Amino acid sequence: MVAFVIRRLLQSVLVMLAVALIAFTMFRFIGDPVNSMLPENATAEDRQTLRENLGLDQPVTVQFTRFVSGAAKGEFGISYRNKRPVAEMIAERLPATLELVLAAAVFALLLGVPIGIYTALHPKGVLSNILNIGSLIGISVPTFVTGILLILIFSVWLNWLPSFGRGETVQIGWWSTGFLTVSGLKSLILPAIMLGLFQVTLIMRLVRAEMMEVLRSDFVRFAKARGLTNRAVNFGHALGNTLMPVITIVGLQLGSMIAFAIITETVFQWPGMGLLFIQAVSFADIPVMSAYLVLVALVFVAINMIVDLLYFAIDPRLSVRA
Amino acid sequence: MTFASRLTSGLAATAIAALMAGAAGANTLRMADSTDIAAMDPHSMTESNTIGFLNHVYEGLVRYNQDLEVEPALATSWEFVEPTRLRFKLREGVNFHNGNPFTADDVVASLERAAHETSPVKSNIPGMKSIEKVDEYTVDLVLSGPDPIVLNYLTNILILDQEWMAEHDALLPADMRGGRENYAVANSNGTGPFMLESRQPDARTVLTVNEDWWDEPEHNLTRIEFSPIGSDATRIAALLSGELDFITPAPLQDVGRIERADGASVIVAPALRTIMLGMNHTDKLHNSNLTDKNPLQDVRVRQALWRAIDMELIRKKIMRDMSRNTALLVAPPVPGYSEELDVLPPADAEAAKALLSEAGYGDGFEVGFDCPSSRYVNDEEICQAITAMWARIGVDAQLTSQTPSKHFEKVLAGGADIFMVGWATLPMLDSYSVLSALLHTKGDRMGAWNPGGYSNPELDALTDKVAVELDVEKRNAMMSEALKIARDEVAMIPLHQQPLAWAVRDGVNIPITADNKPRLWYATIE
Repeated sequence: MVAFVIRRLLQSVLVMLAVALIAFTMFRFIGDPVNSMLPENATAEDRQTLRENLGLDQPVTVQFTRFVSGAAKGEFGISYRNKRPVAEMIAERLPATLELVLAAAVFALLLGVPIGIYTALHPKGVLSNILNIGSLIGISVPTFVTGILLILIFSVWLNWLPSFGRGETVQIGWWSTGFLTVSGLKSLILPAIMLGLFQVTLIMRLVRAEMMEVLRSDFVRFAKARGLTNRAVNFGHALGNTLMPVITIVGLQLGSMIAFAIITETVFQWPGMGLLFIQAVSFADIPVMSAYLVLVALVFVAINMIVDLLYFAIDPRLSVRA
Repeated sequence: MTFASRLTSGLAATAIAALMAGAAGANTLRMADSTDIAAMDPHSMTESNTIGFLNHVYEGLVRYNQDLEVEPALATSWEFVEPTRLRFKLREGVNFHNGNPFTADDVVASLERAAHETSPVKSNIPGMKSIEKVDEYTVDLVLSGPDPIVLNYLTNILILDQEWMAEHDALLPADMRGGRENYAVANSNGTGPFMLESRQPDARTVLTVNEDWWDEPEHNLTRIEFSPIGSDATRIAALLSGELDFITPAPLQDVGRIERADGASVIVAPALRTIMLGMNHTDKLHNSNLTDKNPLQDVRVRQALWRAIDMELIRKKIMRDMSRNTALLVAPPVPGYSEELDVLPPADAEAAKALLSEAGYGDGFEVGFDCPSSRYVNDEEICQAITAMWARIGVDAQLTSQTPSKHFEKVLAGGADIFMVGWATLPMLDSYSVLSALLHTKGDRMGAWNPGGYSNPELDALTDKVAVELDVEKRNAMMSEALKIARDEVAMIPLHQQPLAWAVRDGVNIPITADNKPRLWYATIE
């Protein structure tokens, strides 16, 4: 067990280093931050001075080493554009992104699981076919189109919900939450739908496939033969077995939702980490970009690690081999 | 500090601000811009949208009015006591938002801070040698040489409170090396018509009216709520749904849609920014079938390229009739502009072809063409149109469009053959900006944006004279002459002044100014 965890941890560190290196190499191709930091009329001399100040004139290896040693201590430097510590800026936006992802995940589960069950139980029903086709559309329409459509319908035409921002937030310690105010909750609805819609279709199709698989298995047949009610068979026996892989996938999807919240945050001006990253890209704000990429990598690594450990706990075969 | 302790300490500061409720009163102006202001510290960056916004909180010694003329602000009068010593009389009875009186010490501390070695804005006050306090309400600005446009520069150098900076250890500008945050980056204390109430980066910045303002307010606002909205579609939707009163910019392709909608309208004006094409004047092209010579060195070729571009068509089809075509490298409000020089002959592909044959390139040639994407209004579309127009005269332009930071990196490194660049002449609002940065032979202090290596001794000499000439008439004449040389030699190809479009809800009046900085102390809400 301990050896397994240590091996996993070492692998994670390697992955993080690789991500940092790739990110760092990428920055060589996004342009010179000095140009966006100085006014148009700055002289060549001013540009050179700033470049030296930022250490951008040093070799890449030196810059990379400095970055990694800083990142290990949680120091990501000062944003080129906002002149604030990057760690602080990310911490400030983390709650917005996490609340959005949480809301979207809950929305996806609440809608996806029941629809999946329904379509599995009534595979030939008219409603099931409509839902299946609907899910195809949901999976293929680009999310920003969904977002713009939602804004057009619910903000511009119906005037029910705000089209941008997070509404009023309440501060609990360092965490800012939009869950406690009316405007905060109203602001959350459209972005959560946009971010969750793809997951709804994914979960629904996954639940449907798994459930149909389980319904064909022997133990369900035996349960039916024992004369149990449909209800007891479907929800008491089949559903539980269906949900295991679903939970794993949803867990893994959480990571990608954090990463893909970028698009939703851009459309709705949601003040989260994705928005911060997008702005940093257009400004070539290297400290912010690198910190964001490392953080997203960390989230993925952490989730995968937890999943691995869960498997380890659930599946005794793994511990035998170890 | 560790990540965790930053987390707690940094956020405590914003906690109170976030709690403030946004009670929208009758005279609240809710506005959105495409980008958030970078920071509250006016000496931490030079982005014009940030400086424009901060100008509501902080003020300079002088300011531009609605017609972009310099007028007194924190200084009431000024005179050159020596050619290099400019004496300012300061306004008395002005208080900062925290109640501290405004005095000469504040001016000295602020200008020293702005011109400090590590200050990112020091290029915006290049001629300053030192600043000296004469008495409580008089200061002397000592210049390194005669500087005819020092006042224009000073409109952009905003004044902070010396005591407040000293108290919070913010007397020096933010230093990138130190890795330490400057107090003024997230807090403010100015003398302007509005005060900072709260700020949540990327979400909302709220200003309230300063009842104690020294000037007679022409506005009737009590509160300004600023939100950045990057997505064009969302910004317009928020205006049309009534969540906003004022947006900048209004994308050109949506102007018609806003006009058709009830309750909102667009205000359009030609901007100061002139869009132009720079060229490689060196011996060799980077991206061409010709390896032994550079056709762009021949003035006839450059003329042919210019004549081949049908700006009228671009104005109608791409700019929706809202741009202003130009034959000069500066816009009409910029000193040095001359109406009689600004004559653009109609595009003529035949004449262009004839010029090319005359120069010995009748069969055309290949050339690299670099364009930024989404830096200027419809920049990529314009470049694509020009590429097609050049193809008609046999010039095969290899178009590369990329992000602005990438584009300018390549351009400034001298790696482009023909490249698009836009120049607003801000903050100096003077042709000298174009002459010194774009046209003067490249050197340590001049020609920073002349990577193509254009060099004309006559133009250089005029530019150097313009830099120190204090007589306005003479100076303007010299600048016009220099611009004429650039035009006749086709040092760069001028295209147009791009349009500036804002949109407001009915009942909101905001004067539009060519420098794209809303001045809300002139705004009224009915």
